Amino acid sequence: MSVRAVFAALAIWLTATQAVAQGFAGLGQTTEGYALPDPATRFTYPADHGSHPEFRIEWWYVTANLQDADGTPYGIQWTLFRNAIRPGGAEADQGWMAHAALSSPGGHYYAERFARGASGQAGVMAEPFEAFIDEWQMAGPDLKTIRLTAQGTEFHYDLQLNADRPFVPQGEGGFSVKSEAGQASHYYSQPFYRVTGTLTLPDGAVEVTGQAWLDREWSSQPLTETQTGWDWISLHLNGGDKLMGYRLRDRDGSAYTVGTWINADGTPEPLAPGQLTMNATDWADVADRQVPVGWDVTLAEQALEINVDAVYPQSWMGTLIPYWEGPVRVTGSHEGVGYLEMSGY
Amino acid sequence: MTRAVIAALLSYWRRRPGQLATLILGLALATALWSGVQAINAEARKTYDEAANVLAGGGLPSLLSPSGTISKETFIRLRRAGWQVSPVIDGWIATPEGRVRLLGIDPFTAPRDGAFGTATEAGAIDDVLGPDGILIASPATADRLRPAYNVREDPAIAPGLAVADLTVAARLLEQPGYSRLMVLEDQPLIRPPLEEIAPKLILEAPETAEDLGRLTDSFHLNLTAFGLLSFAVGLFIVNGAVGLAFEQRRQTFRTLRALGATARTLVIVLIGELLLFAIIAGLAGIVLGYLIAGYLLPDVAATLRGLYGATMEGSLTLSPVWWLSGVAIAILGTALAAAFGLVQVARMPPLAPAKPRAWAMVSQGTARWQLLAALAFLAAALAALAFGSGLIAGFILLGGFLMAAALALPSALALCLRLAARTSRDVMAEWFWADTRQQLPGLSLALMALLLALSANIGVGTMVASFRTTFTGWLDQRLVSDLYVTVEDKAQEDALRAFLTAEGAEILPIWHTDGDILGAPAEIYGVVDHPVYTENWPLLSSMPDAWDQIARGEGALVNEQLARREGLTPGTALTMPGGWETPIVGVYSDYGNPLGQVVIPWAVLVERYPEADKSDFGVLTDDPQALRAGLIGELGLSEDQMIDQGALKAFSLDVFERTFAVTAALNVLTLSVAGLAILTSLLTLSTIRLPQLAPLWSLGTTRRQLAMIELLRAVTLAIVTFLLAIPVGLGLAWVLLSVINVEAFGWKLPMTVFPADWLWLFLAALAAALLSSLWPALQLARRPPADLIRVFTHER
Repeated sequence: MSVRAVFAALAIWLTATQAVAQGFAGLGQTTEGYALPDPATRFTYPADHGSHPEFRIEWWYVTANLQDADGTPYGIQWTLFRNAIRPGGAEADQGWMAHAALSSPGGHYYAERFARGASGQAGVMAEPFEAFIDEWQMAGPDLKTIRLTAQGTEFHYDLQLNADRPFVPQGEGGFSVKSEAGQASHYYSQPFYRVTGTLTLPDGAVEVTGQAWLDREWSSQPLTETQTGWDWISLHLNGGDKLMGYRLRDRDGSAYTVGTWINADGTPEPLAPGQLTMNATDWADVADRQVPVGWDVTLAEQALEINVDAVYPQSWMGTLIPYWEGPVRVTGSHEGVGYLEMSGY
Repeated sequence: MTRAVIAALLSYWRRRPGQLATLILGLALATALWSGVQAINAEARKTYDEAANVLAGGGLPSLLSPSGTISKETFIRLRRAGWQVSPVIDGWIATPEGRVRLLGIDPFTAPRDGAFGTATEAGAIDDVLGPDGILIASPATADRLRPAYNVREDPAIAPGLAVADLTVAARLLEQPGYSRLMVLEDQPLIRPPLEEIAPKLILEAPETAEDLGRLTDSFHLNLTAFGLLSFAVGLFIVNGAVGLAFEQRRQTFRTLRALGATARTLVIVLIGELLLFAIIAGLAGIVLGYLIAGYLLPDVAATLRGLYGATMEGSLTLSPVWWLSGVAIAILGTALAAAFGLVQVARMPPLAPAKPRAWAMVSQGTARWQLLAALAFLAAALAALAFGSGLIAGFILLGGFLMAAALALPSALALCLRLAARTSRDVMAEWFWADTRQQLPGLSLALMALLLALSANIGVGTMVASFRTTFTGWLDQRLVSDLYVTVEDKAQEDALRAFLTAEGAEILPIWHTDGDILGAPAEIYGVVDHPVYTENWPLLSSMPDAWDQIARGEGALVNEQLARREGLTPGTALTMPGGWETPIVGVYSDYGNPLGQVVIPWAVLVERYPEADKSDFGVLTDDPQALRAGLIGELGLSEDQMIDQGALKAFSLDVFERTFAVTAALNVLTLSVAGLAILTSLLTLSTIRLPQLAPLWSLGTTRRQLAMIELLRAVTLAIVTFLLAIPVGLGLAWVLLSVINVEAFGWKLPMTVFPADWLWLFLAALAAALLSSLWPALQLARRPPADLIRVFTHER
């Protein structure tokens, strides 16, 4: 997973106009009083599934590629963000934000929620695992066996997620570097969920199955001042291998591209900056702007040359801070499905 | 040719700058009063909309608890069931310059386009969040809150209101629960019914700007009516000035026509000329209107605050629409006032003798037509009285009645003059009356203006005086306690009770709460069983044992305005906030209060509304001053924790006086405009009348005597008009007190007549007539005899 949520989480504190006016200056602000990611840290489960309030930002992020009995593709997103209002780690000083979305042939539906810390309206518990905001929940007995529910004015989903393989640390043992200047986060994933459940759409209920990907990430200052947005992919390749990659775009036009190749047994292979290439090939008009919905992705080490194309190019999240997020189809040297997220367009 | 016509016509104004000034001034005044009033109304409406938007979270329905506050647990239960609700803490904080409404909002769940959306647009909100967060208020309100509170200024917040984070409001107001939950517009797909999650809460329709608008509508309609009246009166001035200009240029018109200018060219040039004047006067009027509005605004704001609790800041914004509408109304007014003159010019045969218009206007036809129109207006007024309801019907009644009176005035004056002529003994007197009658048509418009101004003065004056008399009497009755004390907490209350018992004084709790009754905000008071109420509180209508029932802890008394508005009578049941019902046992008068009010037994208030404000007490004592000293000295109460009956009365009367300050100012302005109308009319007449006066002069009457006669005539007409204005004014007062007041405020007032006040008005009318006829009379007295002789030699 990437730094993507930082941008959105900041929305609580800044209005959209200001965020635009200030570029990403807000993300580069001082980390005084907050804990900083440490390369020596190693994850301990289930404690690390819970909240890390000594860090400024944190998220629980699930995307799933689903299909019904006819093979029609669907995608869902379930995200809970924590953002500290001030350092110190107090419950009352936390703000919570959540996004849920459902991409379908009939349209892209999304909803957004906010909550004050220590109110009882939102929170995360490591064991037994539960992350919730209002009536939306991601609840286990544990994080490998969870029920995921969320809804908006026009949609609802209720899904059961089960994983049989280990959690995958991203970057170097979970220490994920975001720029050449050294900004970083703690980051692990669970890309091996099998999913069954029900989507409720304006046209009625649909039974679906598929696969899901969870990202857990926390940090205090994950972006440099000049980074203007990102393009992020998480791919389920046929055969069981997974690929996570992102491209952080800089103001000067350059980009910082890294990622992780995850073997079907769960062994990660961190990619050095530049190993993975991502080039936009197809653009779409979405919400009055141009967004790249087709990508050319290569990874020479894995003989990977693929096209990553949005299934539903209009998967726009018109949330407080808007971004694009939706399911993709993979063709070329490898085939599969996945999720694409793009911000800063 | 056109250029020559323009030059010839404009040269007239160059030679008579005074007349040009009158024309522009009249038009500017009319526009100014109209647009000034419009500006005030627009400003007030804008404030209500903003306030309502902030208070109600942009017109959202809300969940309320009959027991007062809603617990945090209930809020969380609703959220976790899918209900998209957002908590609000609503209360008042004290400042040395009066209370400020404090609205605590949860920025996380509040609608983004609501109060906090606005409040947080100005910057990051991390200094807003948390119990030590700052308050956000408009600059003027922020000034009132500092230095006691840490405030950020934001002009977008409605005046008199401070917005803060929920936790800040909870701390400042010492309120643990929430006042209400806003129900957001977007609700999720699946949501259990309210009864399953929070069965005790009730869902209520949104409060809108209309609620405040409904309360204040009558006030604005009053202002609008005054603005219209002033505009109508101002048009009389314009009519006079334009008439004079047309009359005096008849020779020029004839010459121009003889030289080949077509009637069409002439009319077009005249229209162009008037258009130019209208635009200049319109713009001047807007500037003047802006000044008037700025001058009246503090009073209007005070009235709205005192009478309706609506806050409005004393600042004005000038919008382009305002400029445009001001000029448009000036042009429309000019067109109305000049239409008759223009038609005359268009119809005039090129070589017609320049017959004096004064003669042409004497026609029985005009008088009959006016009388018929008067009857039609009267019929409309009576129809509105008989079949109409609501404020609009009230104003149709008012307008119809006034128009009828104005249109009937020339006929009435003619009748008076004919009667007066019978008393004349010598030829000079006979000529005086006949000549006065002769001049009526030329003066009638100005006299109508005077009649309107005078009757408005008498009517509004009578209403205000009646109101004041009733109000003072009622205050004497209702303020039964000798001293009013506000305690800070329960401990102080206990100490107060102990102290008063020891002193032999009696204590009456005056506890109250606010709530919505039948969809509108209302006050609920609890009273204890005490003879002082039964003896001093007259009920307008009641069940026979009303006070006994209250003493037994049953029933409710409602104020007149609530009873009238909702058609409540003793015996009917009233649904109270919280959903319980109680029978109405009586109706009492409650002047000056725009809100509905309900009085219930004290024990019931305490039981049903535990959140009620329990800090106010009335004290019955023989020696309030000694008791006051004792409370300060021995109990340690501060000076501002108590107010004696006299001070409270003075405060109430002050609010009352300020309410009518605007009315008084507009009255004076209207009367001055009417004076100006007379002046322009007389100026018009004085030139036309030369052929009528010349024979008298040639028969030996001196110019000085003629001038005196002119003065006498103006005064006579003013006196007769004044006498006629009295019944019209009293009629107006009756309409205001018995029709408009009931519709607007919800109470009926007995009419009291104050003839002494009329004396001042009589003198004012006399002065206006004298002043306005002085200049024309002086002109006549100084007229070169050659002018008068020329009448006989010249065609004119």
